[in-house]
Amino acid sequence: MPARFLSGPRVNVHLGDLVHGSSLNGHLEALRGRSVLIATAEQLPAALALIEIDGIARRIVLWPSGAALEHLPFVIAAADVDVIVSDGTLLGQLETFGVASITCGTEIVPSNYGRLPRHSTEWILLTSGTTGRPKLVLHTLASLRGAIQAGSDLDAPSVWSTFYDIRRYGGLQIFLRAMLTGGSMVLSSAREPVAEFLMRAGAHCVSHISGTPSHWRQALMSPEAAKISPAYVRLSGEIADQSILDNLQSFYSQAKVAHAFASTEAGVAFDVRDGLAGFPAALIAEPNGPVELKVEDGTLRIRSGRVAAGYLDGERELADPEGFVDTGDVVELRGGRYYFAGRRDGTINVGGQKVHPEEVEAVINRHPRVRMSVVRPRKNPLVGALVVADVVLENGPEAAAGIETEILQLCRATLPQYKVPASIKFVTEVAVASTGKVVRQYA
Amino acid sequence: MTPESGHSQSGHKSIRSEILAQVKQVAQEQDKRLAPLTDDLPLLDSGLDSLCFAIVVARLEDALGIDPFSTAEDVGFPVTLGEFIRFYEHAGK
Repeated sequence: MPARFLSGPRVNVHLGDLVHGSSLNGHLEALRGRSVLIATAEQLPAALALIEIDGIARRIVLWPSGAALEHLPFVIAAADVDVIVSDGTLLGQLETFGVASITCGTEIVPSNYGRLPRHSTEWILLTSGTTGRPKLVLHTLASLRGAIQAGSDLDAPSVWSTFYDIRRYGGLQIFLRAMLTGGSMVLSSAREPVAEFLMRAGAHCVSHISGTPSHWRQALMSPEAAKISPAYVRLSGEIADQSILDNLQSFYSQAKVAHAFASTEAGVAFDVRDGLAGFPAALIAEPNGPVELKVEDGTLRIRSGRVAAGYLDGERELADPEGFVDTGDVVELRGGRYYFAGRRDGTINVGGQKVHPEEVEAVINRHPRVRMSVVRPRKNPLVGALVVADVVLENGPEAAAGIETEILQLCRATLPQYKVPASIKFVTEVAVASTGKVVRQYA
Repeated sequence: MTPESGHSQSGHKSIRSEILAQVKQVAQEQDKRLAPLTDDLPLLDSGLDSLCFAIVVARLEDALGIDPFSTAEDVGFPVTLGEFIRFYEHAGK
C-alpha cells in the first residue's frame, strides 16, 4: 500500500509523518481555542497547517493567494483573528497587523504532544464581493464535508488533484475529499506553469482531477495535456458548455467526465454525469436527497446542510428566511432540461436587450478551431453597448483567415442579431483570475 | 450600387467614402436591403436599424479614430445620411 502523500511544486510530504510531527515547529497548543488566519504563498504549507489546526483552533480563516493585501486588516477585524500562521513569504512585516504570528512550513518536525481536538472549528472562506472587499463565509467541517461520502467510488487509494487553490471552496472540497477518504493529493501552484503541473500530476498517477472550464480549456491547449490519464474529470465554478464537455470526453476517453454546481455560500449542490450541459428538470421537479433546489425569478436557489452558516460581517443575509441561498445564476428551461444562461448581474445591455456573455461564448466555442473565448461589452453611443468577442484559436491568431466569417455565421444561425458579436479579435490568451474564472468586465 | 450625390472636398473625401463603405458592409453582413444612398436619405429609411448604425459607428471609430456621437456637445443627432457624413467630417477637422 503506497504511503499517502501531499505533493507541492518543489517537495512532497508523507502524511504519515504528521501523526507524530508538526509543520508548525511544535507551536500547535498556542492556537488552541484561537481564531487563526493561515496565509502562505504556496498551498502545501497551508494544507499541512489545516490538518494540524482543525479541531484545535475555534476558527480558521483561509487567506488565498491572489487576495489583495489591502483587505487583510478588514478580514482580521471581521474574523477576530488572534494569530496569523504564515510561511513568512506572503504578508511582509507581520508586526504591523497587530496580531501574534507563528511560522509554518513544509518541513515536518517530530513532535510529541497529544493532540486532542476539542473544538468544532469554524472555517472562514473568502469570496469576492461586489465592492471589491471580500465576503467572509462561515462554514464548519460538517457543512464542508456534506457532499463527501467516505469510501465511495474507491476501491484503490485515489490520487486527487485540482487546478484550484485549496483555500477557495472549489479546491477545498477536493482537498477534503482526498484527506477524508484515505487518498493523496497533488496540489497546484499559482507560480507553476500549467504544463509542469500536468507533468507532475501525471507522474503521481492522478486519478481524480477537477478545475473550472477555463482551467480545462487552458490545459487542453497545453502539449502536456496527455501526460495525465485520470479516471475522473470534474468541472465546476463556471458554466460548462457542451463544447468543453465533448472536448474533454474525447481527449480523456477513458475518463468519466462530470460537472458540478457549487458555490462558496451554497455548497455543493449536485453534479451531472450524463455528458450534457445543464441539468435535468427532474432535479427541480422531484426533490429528493439532501439538497433542495428551486427556481425563483429566473435564478437557481439552494437549501441544504452544506450551505454556509452565514457571512461573518453580518451585513447581509446569506439565505432567505426559509434557508434558500440565491445563487445569482440565471437558468432557462428548454426541452426538459435547465441550462445556465449566466449571472443575473452579468448581462450586457444592447439597446435595452440583455445578453449573457456566456451564452454567446458557448456558441463561439462550438467552432472546432476555437479553444477559448470571452465576450465583453463595447460602449456605444447609440445602443449603450455592443457585444464583442476575444477568441483564442487552436493554432494561434495567425491562423484566423476565414475563421472570423465562419464564427459569425455560426452565431447568426443560432443567436438573435443583437447577441452576435459586432467584432471579433483573435488573441493569444484570455485573462483567467486566480479563482480559475474568466476575468469579466460588465457595462 | 447607387450614385453618391454631393461634392467631394479634398480632405473630406476619405471620410465620406469610408462611411459609405461601412454602411454597405454592415448592410451586407446583416442581410439588409439598402435604399439608394443619397445625402437627403433619412437614416430611418435607409434599411439599417439602430443596431446596424451602432455597428457602423463602432467600425468608423476603429477606422477613423473618431466618435462624434460621444464627443460632440449639445448637438442634434443627424437625421439624413448627408448630415451623418457632415457630422463626421466636422469632427474629423
